[in-house]
Amino acid sequence: MPKKVSEMEEGFVMTTPRSSMQTKTGSWRTFKPVIDYSKCISCAICWSYCPEPAIFLKDDKYTVDYEYCKGCGICAAECPVKAITMVREGE
Amino acid sequence: MKTILLSGNTALSYAVKQLDVDVVSAYPITPQTTMVEKLSEYVANGELNAEFIPVESEHSALSSVLGASAAGARVFTSTSSQGLLLMHEIMFIAAGLRLPVVMGVADRAVSAPINIWNDHSDIMAQRDSGWICFFAESAQESYDRTIQAYRIAEDENVHLPVNLNFDGFILTHTYEPVTTLDDDMVLKYAPKKRRRLVLDPSTPMTFGGLGSPEYYFEAKYQAIKALENSLKTIIEADKEYERISGRGYGLYKAYMTDDADTILVSLGSVGGSIRGVVKRMRRDGLKVGALSLKLFRPFPAKELVEALSKTNSVVVLDKASSPGAIGGPLFLEIQASLKSFDVNVPVMDIIAGLGGREIGPDDIRVMFNKGLKVAAEKKVDKILDFVGVYL
Amino acid sequence: MPYKTLKDLSLKEYFGPGHRLCQGCGAGIIARLVTKVAGDNTIIVNATGCVEVATTFYPDTAWGLPYIHVAFENSAAVASGVRAAYNSMVRKGIVDKNPNVIVLAGDGGTADIGLQSLSGALERGDHILYICYDNEAYMNTGIQRSSATPYGAWTTTSPPGKLSPGQKTGKKDLVGIAVAHGVKYAATATVAYLLDAANKIEKALNTPGATFMHFLSPCTPGWRIDTANSIKVSRLAVQTALWPLYEVVDGQYITTVKVPKRLPVTEYLKLQGRFRHLINKPEEVAKIQAYADKLAEKFGYGPIST
Repeated sequence: MPKKVSEMEEGFVMTTPRSSMQTKTGSWRTFKPVIDYSKCISCAICWSYCPEPAIFLKDDKYTVDYEYCKGCGICAAECPVKAITMVREGE
Repeated sequence: MKTILLSGNTALSYAVKQLDVDVVSAYPITPQTTMVEKLSEYVANGELNAEFIPVESEHSALSSVLGASAAGARVFTSTSSQGLLLMHEIMFIAAGLRLPVVMGVADRAVSAPINIWNDHSDIMAQRDSGWICFFAESAQESYDRTIQAYRIAEDENVHLPVNLNFDGFILTHTYEPVTTLDDDMVLKYAPKKRRRLVLDPSTPMTFGGLGSPEYYFEAKYQAIKALENSLKTIIEADKEYERISGRGYGLYKAYMTDDADTILVSLGSVGGSIRGVVKRMRRDGLKVGALSLKLFRPFPAKELVEALSKTNSVVVLDKASSPGAIGGPLFLEIQASLKSFDVNVPVMDIIAGLGGREIGPDDIRVMFNKGLKVAAEKKVDKILDFVGVYL
Repeated sequence: MPYKTLKDLSLKEYFGPGHRLCQGCGAGIIARLVTKVAGDNTIIVNATGCVEVATTFYPDTAWGLPYIHVAFENSAAVASGVRAAYNSMVRKGIVDKNPNVIVLAGDGGTADIGLQSLSGALERGDHILYICYDNEAYMNTGIQRSSATPYGAWTTTSPPGKLSPGQKTGKKDLVGIAVAHGVKYAATATVAYLLDAANKIEKALNTPGATFMHFLSPCTPGWRIDTANSIKVSRLAVQTALWPLYEVVDGQYITTVKVPKRLPVTEYLKLQGRFRHLINKPEEVAKIQAYADKLAEKFGYGPIST
């Protein structure tokens, strides 16, 4: 969305922290990580390695936020108990 | 108020001390060195409560004051010649980020050949960087404008960087009695206040992001308009300064221009020499006048055109060149201004004084005679001429 | 307090999501970790590069901390200015807290164009933490070689050819350069070893003066690796001794992650398209192995065992 000059802060300073959250990078994804909670040991590895971040701790469970997950697959590759599977979008 | 013997360099340093600048960062270069020396001395002995960053280059000098200014500090840097060219990249960013940085420029020629003496080539190469650009004629004026510069740069309607030009050696190293304001007067005139947009962990903001084609133009437009609109603040700041100190400088100093057949327009310290020649030529019955321009950016086109509209010819003295162009940088501004306001005074350009070549009274007389010839013939034979070069 | 498990890391996010870094980008992991360890009272200075363009795409900023980008080669100088401003303003009572000042700059912005301003800041001892995220080439402009590109690697300006093995030079020793300036703390890190990195970031922030970290950061398009393999490749860099993890405290080199049984460099090279042309050139691979052997000896990594 274009902005008028008057809608811009002086020096195009951005004053809203993490305003990037309005960009839903989940649309980049080809494969999506699916967590099998019967295997998950909540070790935090997937969470710690996520470059987005698109994995958050929700009700004591590490949960993928598909609005942002770009589908890199690091979480699945690094999961020590193979609880995460990469599934092609639409399948 | 007290009167102290100061050079251009130490006059600026003295003003910076009184302005309670928080961060000074500078790299030594002739002829600016004594200014940096004085400032580091003030910091070392506690007269100025500031951080002095002894950087490894001018590029870092300007970069570090940008960082400090973005964090909300009052900052100062200074340089000259090659150092200013090295800062070139960062100058545009200072204006784009709307940071009220103040910089002293000891105007000096640029290489090659390497030359440490005065002309205006260094600052003219920064012409389009978006800074407010003043020229001074004396140490007193350098001192006064420095104080004005902070009030202007930090004004909410401006928030732009300012450079203060004073001729290398001619002003930087010449001592003269300078009447100073009391410290409290200085800070009352140019009070420190924390800006709304600063780098502060309590209000996280992002400075210097990427402007895609969708947004860049608006950001740029904003900075362009800010410079244009700063003229009002500049005029008001000078008037207020005059009220408290008795000294104001205006946008230009006109001398015997009202009935002049020809007016010689100049920037910087040469103005005084020109007025001396005007006085003598007037005694011989020659109707010559002088105009010393004080503000180069924003260019006060309208005001200048008014001052030049009644004369029969204008001679512009450029102490810088724009190789391949029809004339020097000041000439281009003035010619464009006159024509844009439909004033058809013939204008010619003279480039002189490059690399510290002295501009003596005889040279100035030659310039006026050229101007008088243009006025009499109502036409310009040679748009660009050079005075003082051995051909 | 040292980080013992990943759960010691703050749950608060100061970075992203919604940024435009590539899938599997190492720099995204670094930015997240650095900000988590540094916390609220922090100002980030960023050099021009991947992170800058991908995280500050107006009007989207990925940053939850104060952030400034000025140019490519001057981030150390900008950081010195921010630090000086806060030193001065705290002293004068204009602000009350002196924040962490952290630079994030790529290998181009550090080892090449920014080396001069970095040297200035390190020599002056300005209290900043300078972190070089090293993805081993100019990735933002399309994978051109830098002085941090490893020997033999393909980049668009170090293409292998009849007369060239790819990159003809080895990596610049940035930690060595920092140490030569007399910094009190310098360290290497990489994304596979997050706790090692987190502890180093914290130590660096708590060390007075200038500190330096050289952070190997896998680049999935530039290294020609699968996006899921960033961590794996980063781990192999350590396990082959091509990227030993150590810190330098007051000039003393200390290995922080020990590798008693080393892997041959081929394990690292074969996962990456940028080294593919070396597969049938054992003489070139031998040179890379010799480089790893030298590092292994220096940092006490064990013998190769397959």
